[in-house]
Amino acid sequence: MDAVKKELTRKSKASRQDQRGKLISLACVTLIMLVVLSILYMITSKGLATFFENKMSIVDFFTKQVWNPSAKPQALVGALPMIVGSFSVTVLSALLAAPFAIATAIFMVDIAGKRGRKILQPVIELLVGIPSVVYGFIGLTVVVPFTRTVFGGTGFGILSGTFVLFVMVLPTVTSMYVDSLKAVPQFYREASLALGATRWQTIYKVIIRASIPGLLTAIIFGMARAFGEALAVQMVIGNASILPSDLVSPASTLTSVLTTGIGNTVLGTLPNNALWSLALVLLLMSLVFNLLTRFIGKKGAF
Amino acid sequence: MLETKRKEKSILTFPADREIALETNNLQVYYGDNHAMQDASLQFPRYSITALIGASGSGKSTYLRSLNRMNDGIARVDGEIMYRGLDVNADEVDIYQMRRRIGMVFQRPNPFAKSIYNNISFPLREMGIKDKSKIDGIVESSLKQAALWDEVKDDLKRSALALSGGQQQRLCIARSLAMSPDILLMDEPASALDPISTHKLEMTLNDLKEQYTIIIVTHSMEQASRLSDYTAFMHMGKIVEFDTTENIFTNPAVKLTEDYVSGNFG
Repeated sequence: MDAVKKELTRKSKASRQDQRGKLISLACVTLIMLVVLSILYMITSKGLATFFENKMSIVDFFTKQVWNPSAKPQALVGALPMIVGSFSVTVLSALLAAPFAIATAIFMVDIAGKRGRKILQPVIELLVGIPSVVYGFIGLTVVVPFTRTVFGGTGFGILSGTFVLFVMVLPTVTSMYVDSLKAVPQFYREASLALGATRWQTIYKVIIRASIPGLLTAIIFGMARAFGEALAVQMVIGNASILPSDLVSPASTLTSVLTTGIGNTVLGTLPNNALWSLALVLLLMSLVFNLLTRFIGKKGAF
Repeated sequence: MLETKRKEKSILTFPADREIALETNNLQVYYGDNHAMQDASLQFPRYSITALIGASGSGKSTYLRSLNRMNDGIARVDGEIMYRGLDVNADEVDIYQMRRRIGMVFQRPNPFAKSIYNNISFPLREMGIKDKSKIDGIVESSLKQAALWDEVKDDLKRSALALSGGQQQRLCIARSLAMSPDILLMDEPASALDPISTHKLEMTLNDLKEQYTIIIVTHSMEQASRLSDYTAFMHMGKIVEFDTTENIFTNPAVKLTEDYVSGNFG
């Protein structure tokens, strides 16, 4: 009797293992949380230093067009050209990619059948896996000359950036939309066909309608990717921090100014802090994209 | 008493003056190499309810889904399905027009994620009916025929997904009726419903048979005997017996049928 009691009150090997496992995962989660929080803290404090330590105006930052943080005696930190550049390439590439992604996804799920999907799926996945520097390189050797000959200008500019980003976000949007199309219940298709609807009517009026939340989520994910892409865009956009007057003259984005400028500034000075402010804008925007997808995901069914 | 029933197969045929809504002759359905339905020859008299009974996997649903070509692309169908003197599988038959004439209601209620009104008006608009008052009229009359009108007439803009399962199923029936079909194919329409909803559904079907020909697959033998005029018993991809419901349940000609309807199966 006592032996049983002793065994029951003693911690078994299994329960100790259990505890150890919990401890390890807790430690990992804490570490990740710490990393995320310190990144957030660093970017925010450094990014805000421009305005609080260096006394630059926040309003000027968002509205002025001249970016010259090392100018003497009065430094100029107008980030409007970069913000406009970033938003233009993002929105334009998403607008361009959306119809292609919709058509490809519908073809893969509802038209091509199993064999077609087997061929297309790896193709799409391969496109996701190509490093961005390769896209940039191709953009530089193919897209820039193409834009120069067809649309004029130097070839460097928002249009070239849009084309490169279009190819980069297309597979992301497509594969996400494929997943949400697959989640549209089969019985929607059956119900529609049994009412004498054609395949086109079924796709257009039933399947796409039912998958709109998924489509929006996919497009916003693509936009988040386009907004944050640095290397490939930097290689083709021309890197002139002036407000672009058209799509074929050199421009810049938040990311391209960051990558070109970060090595040439000294930590703690205004030129460096100003770059952190750009990073803060990027961070906030990706937060917004994230919240948007959550919000839509919560509302939508598929 | 010695067993006297030695028939293997017994299929009722109708005299020439009985109007036949739909008829299959030697229908074969194959899923790849699997011969899922063999030599199915049946006649469905107009303005009647025919029940298809049999164990799971006996081919009832396969047979039913072939009748309005919902098996296209899934299974290979040979043999004739005669509807108004035309073979529905013939090239000259427009599949979309045919499906409006031969409607289908599925096992699981499958309303679209739209309002009650739009669930019915949507296919009408797709057909090209533009006149709002005409659409309103069809929505009302088909909801009335499906015995749903009184329950939903106050709020037709409500989402169809907010209805109960039984109401959703009657909405799906109303949606099919709005196409003004000749024939309604029903694949276990009551299997996802509770007894009260099932009862309402059966009353609805009973009223509908005055204007429509109904072919219903059911797992419930009580339902088949209560509801149908004719019953076909299927087993292992073959039609074993087809007769009036009364004969099937009280005096079946084939031993297998008797075992099945009396519950001594297998």
